[in-house]
Amino acid sequence: MTDRFEVAVRLFGQHRELAGDSVISVELAAGGTVADLRRALAAYPGLEAALGGSAVALNRAYQSDESPVRAGDEVAVIPPVAGG
Amino acid sequence: MTEPGSTRGSESPEGVLVAEITLDELDGADLLDRIGNESDGAVLVFEGRVRDHSSGRAVVRLHYDSYREMADDVLRDIASEALQESGASAIAVRHRVGSLAPPNVSLVVAVAAAHRRPAYEASSYVIEELKRRLPLWKREEYADGTSQWLGGQTPPVSQASPEPQTGQEGG
Repeated sequence: MTDRFEVAVRLFGQHRELAGDSVISVELAAGGTVADLRRALAAYPGLEAALGGSAVALNRAYQSDESPVRAGDEVAVIPPVAGG
Repeated sequence: MTEPGSTRGSESPEGVLVAEITLDELDGADLLDRIGNESDGAVLVFEGRVRDHSSGRAVVRLHYDSYREMADDVLRDIASEALQESGASAIAVRHRVGSLAPPNVSLVVAVAAAHRRPAYEASSYVIEELKRRLPLWKREEYADGTSQWLGGQTPPVSQASPEPQTGQEGG
């Protein structure tokens, strides 16, 4: 299975509570994008209904669905933010 | 708009005296003491404080969670942009995370400028942008023992870096 790889995905806020963990592991195909990551996350127990309105950050920058995810990237799912 | 992300990974740009996420107690007076010089005719300090009510419910605590590593970068970017957009001369901003109670200070924005208008603009820019982009969340805890994560805004994709940059040339 050299054409698939695992990415560690950091979770925050409500996602962390729903998934019961602050980091989860998701498998992507080589060449996978943020959109593929979203699909994989939507199948994760607890997160199914909670991803709406979330952004994805790779290496600490918000990314569009077309952006490629690479092995070793720092990946985070960002629920709607509420600072202040 | 200047590009978000333009200062990422660098030292704080000139005029950004402080831009950080902290667990420590905040006090606007601390930053007021540090900001402004003889060319600044306007100095403004904004304190955001935890309210004891929200949508008609009594709030006893507010818990802030953050993506600390990214939030420090984003806050510095926002502070830098605020100076460029407004022409203010200096800015210092701290956002507290952890467990807070009314009337704890959750946010301090201190700005110095030659005139009042850029000071107000810079202060307002920081608050509006951090509500859009700062990776930070809050859960309200109510007097009746229940709690909930608050909804917020979906951050926009960073225009300055459509793909993560590794610093390599070509490849």
